[in-house]
Amino acid sequence: MSPIIQVEHLVKRYKNSPTNAIDDISFQVAAGEFFVLLGPNGAGKTTTLSVLTTTLAPTLGKVEIAGYDLARDANRVRAHVGIIFQQPSLDQNLTAEENVRLHANLYGLYPFRPAFWLMPRAYKTQVNELAAILGIANEIHKPIKTLSGGMKRKLEIIRSLIHQPRVLFLDEPTTGLDPVSRRSLWDYLTRVRAEQETTIFLTTHYLEEAEQADTISILHHGKIVAQGTPAAVKAHLVENYLLVDADDRAALRQELRQRQIAFSETPLFRIDLNGVSAHQLLKTIDTPLTTVKIHSPSVEDAYLAIIQEHDDDRAKTNGN
Amino acid sequence: METKNDAARRGGIGHNGAAIAAIAYRDLLKFLRDRARLFSTFLFPLIFIGFLGGGMQATFGANSEYDFLAFIFTGVLAQTLWQSTAMGIVSLLEDRQNDFSQEIFVSPISRYTIVFGKIFGETLVALPQGLGIILFGILLQVPMDAARFAGLLATGLLAALYGGAFGMALLGFIPSRRAADQLFPFVFLPQYFTAGVFMPINNLPPLLNIVSLLSPLRYAVDLMRGLFYWNTPAYSDVVLFPPWLNFAIMASSFLGFMVIGTIQFVRAERNR
Repeated sequence: MSPIIQVEHLVKRYKNSPTNAIDDISFQVAAGEFFVLLGPNGAGKTTTLSVLTTTLAPTLGKVEIAGYDLARDANRVRAHVGIIFQQPSLDQNLTAEENVRLHANLYGLYPFRPAFWLMPRAYKTQVNELAAILGIANEIHKPIKTLSGGMKRKLEIIRSLIHQPRVLFLDEPTTGLDPVSRRSLWDYLTRVRAEQETTIFLTTHYLEEAEQADTISILHHGKIVAQGTPAAVKAHLVENYLLVDADDRAALRQELRQRQIAFSETPLFRIDLNGVSAHQLLKTIDTPLTTVKIHSPSVEDAYLAIIQEHDDDRAKTNGN
Repeated sequence: METKNDAARRGGIGHNGAAIAAIAYRDLLKFLRDRARLFSTFLFPLIFIGFLGGGMQATFGANSEYDFLAFIFTGVLAQTLWQSTAMGIVSLLEDRQNDFSQEIFVSPISRYTIVFGKIFGETLVALPQGLGIILFGILLQVPMDAARFAGLLATGLLAALYGGAFGMALLGFIPSRRAADQLFPFVFLPQYFTAGVFMPINNLPPLLNIVSLLSPLRYAVDLMRGLFYWNTPAYSDVVLFPPWLNFAIMASSFLGFMVIGTIQFVRAERNR
C-alpha cells in the first residue's frame, strides 16, 4: 500500500537565513499510522508541519499527501487534511457553533446560511451530536470564551474532523492543558483514530505522548537523527539495567564480586543487563534483596541520549 | 468511489461562493460584536461632520457659494467607507500571524476566494457605518431626497470596494502589521487634503494638483459629490470630474490594485 505522506529530500531555507531550517529530510507515513515528530525547540518541527499543511512553500524537495502533490495540488491536499495548530485557532468573536459552521462552509460541506436555524437538517443533527459528545449542549450557541481550555481543544479537534480528513496534523496540541484535560483529549483522539482510521501526525514536547506511537522521528538541527518504532529507537541507544539493594549491603557487594557480575553503586546497586534477562540474573543472587527495580528506558531517555549524542558530534566536528 | 464530500472538495463555484459569504459574514459579526470598534467608527465621522462641517459652515458658509456642511458630509462619508475597507483588508496581515485565521489559510479554497471574502466582508462592515453617517447628516439638515440617498448608497458601496482594492495593493508590499502602522499616517492622512475631503481643491498649485490626481481617494469622493450635487447650481463649483470619468478611473485602478495586490500577497504568504 502506498504511504499517505511521502516526503523526499525536503529542504526549507527562510529568506535571509544562512542555514536550512529543514535540511534534506525524507520519510514516509503509512495510512492509519500514529506518527510522532520530536525535536528540541528550533529543530524544524513547526517548519516541517507548515510545509506539510501548505502554509509554507518548500525550498526544495517533493511532498505527496493522500496521493496529491503538494506543489501542484495544494487545495486537494488541504481538503484531505485536518490541522490543530499550536495556538488555538478558534474565532473568539464567534460561538462554538458558528466556528463549526464557518469550517463547514470553508470545506464546502454545506451551503452558507447566516443563522443556525437556516442550516440544513443534516448539519443541525451533526452539530447537536458533536455538542453531546463534548458535553456542551448548553454552551454550543454561546461565545467561545465561556468554554474551558480543554473544551476548546476538543472542539478544535471535532471541527477539524467534520470533513473526514485522512490525515490529522497536531502541533503540540496539549501544551498548556492540565493533566486531566490532556488525558481526556488523548482518550478522545484514540477513540477517533480507532473509529475513523485517521492517520495522526503529531509534534509534541510531552514525550510520554510518543510512547503509543507507531513511528517516532527525531528531528535535530533540521535533520532526522533517529526514526523507528518507540521500541526500536529505545533499544538502539539505551541500556536496560537492574537496580537492587539489600539490608546486608556488604554481603551483596561481596557476592556480586564473587560471581563476577559488574555493578556500580548509585547508591543502589546498578547491574547492566547486557542482553541477559532480569529473571536469569536475579536467580543467580542468593543475598536477600530488599529492592529490585528493572529500568526500561522511556522514549524520553532515548530522546535525550540521541540529542546529546548528536550535539557532541557537532561540537567535535566544529572543534576540528 | 467518490463520496459526497469528495465532490464538494473539488472547489466549484458553490463551494467558493459559500466560502466568500462565510468569510464576509464573519467579518460583519466580528464588527457588530465589538462595541468599542462600533463606537469609535461612528464617533470620528460624526465629530468631523458635526464640528468641522458645522463650524466651517457657520464661519465661512455665509460669505461663500459652498454649503460646507454638505461638502464635508459627502467627503467624510466617502473617506470613511474607503478607509474602513482599506484598513480592514490590511488586517489580513495580523490575521495570518495570529488567531483563528490560520484556519482560513489551510482550508481548500483559493487564495483569491479569501481575498474576495475579506473585501466583501470589510465592505459589509463599512456600509452600516455609511448608513449611520447618512442618518446623522439628515439630522444636521444636509439636503436629502430619495435620489440623493440612493446615489450616496451606490457611490458609498463603490468607495468601500475601491478602498478594499487599494488596501489589497498596499498589503502586497507591507511585510508586517507594525510596518503598516508606521506607514499608514503617510498613506491616508495626506489624502484627506489632496482628495478634497474637508476643503475644496479646485485651485491647487500645479505640484499639489499632481499629488491630488495620484490620490485614489479623490475619485471616490468626487464620484459621490458628482451624484449628490447632480443638477444643482453648486455642481460646477464642487465637482472636479464628470461622474463617468471618476467611475472609469476607479474601475481601471480597482482592477490594477486587485491583480497586483493579490498576486503579491499570495507570493509573500508562502515564500517566507
